[in-house]
Amino acid sequence: MIAALANPERFMRFSRWAAPLFGVIAVALGAVGLWLDFIAPPDYQQHYTVHIMFIHVPAAWMSLFVYGCLAGASFIGLVFRHSLADAAARAAAPLGAGFTFLALVTGSLWGKPTWGTWWVWDARLTSVLVLFLFYLGYLALQAAIDDEQRAARACAILALVGAINLPIVHFSVTWWNTLHQGSSVFRKGGPTMPPVYLEPLLILSLAYMAAFGALWLVRIRGEVWRKRANALALRAAG
Amino acid sequence: MLDFDAGKYAPYVWTAYGLTAAVFVLMVADTLARARRWRRKVRDRETDKTP
Repeated sequence: MIAALANPERFMRFSRWAAPLFGVIAVALGAVGLWLDFIAPPDYQQHYTVHIMFIHVPAAWMSLFVYGCLAGASFIGLVFRHSLADAAARAAAPLGAGFTFLALVTGSLWGKPTWGTWWVWDARLTSVLVLFLFYLGYLALQAAIDDEQRAARACAILALVGAINLPIVHFSVTWWNTLHQGSSVFRKGGPTMPPVYLEPLLILSLAYMAAFGALWLVRIRGEVWRKRANALALRAAG
Repeated sequence: MLDFDAGKYAPYVWTAYGLTAAVFVLMVADTLARARRWRRKVRDRETDKTP
């Protein structure tokens, strides 16, 4: 599948119908997820702040998933020198930064009424902040280097270095004693969350995933057009 | 039945939802604007409107 899409023409044909399809799926799942979110009763401990969980947790999962996509595309671009992989990495970074920003801000807004503080330097929060800084560093490095191939190589190396942080973010609540709660969905023995909260959470997570799929494909299409426009400008100048 | 009451936590809950909506709108708008801009440039350059 990935090999087949490595051809830019084939990718453009695929993404032309896949991007709007993902967009429609995201809107439909988002509507169902929000409906389930606002018919769910307040939690016995967290009361109405449980609503923040439905938008915070998917953003946090997406911040890791998108970085995984960024690192994977960077690896392919670095090793196989494939321009579409570079475009995919470049396209993923701003979206990942957006999701990570949301994870940090909604987490802070959830933390204040439940923990009594906006921020604490515990392992989970700090490692997610480091993840956000890797995204910003990637975007800054990309903007700082004019030569596109050099920029792609430097950004790919930075993205791969940053990938070391992914297991740290994921296992931080297990490895260290943190104020942030441990995993209550992806854990041995199954989720501890009741279905009335688990269902909207999973549906909204799929909505976030579909939204990322749609936006990523459109951004990669934009990158393909950008490269084509620059090639046409060079041809016209030469 | 839909229940939008957030009690005394309303400022936290609605700020979180408002920011999430704003970031999504920003990501969608920026993504579409970039794609349209480069697509238009390709078309212009293919038809030699822009040198």
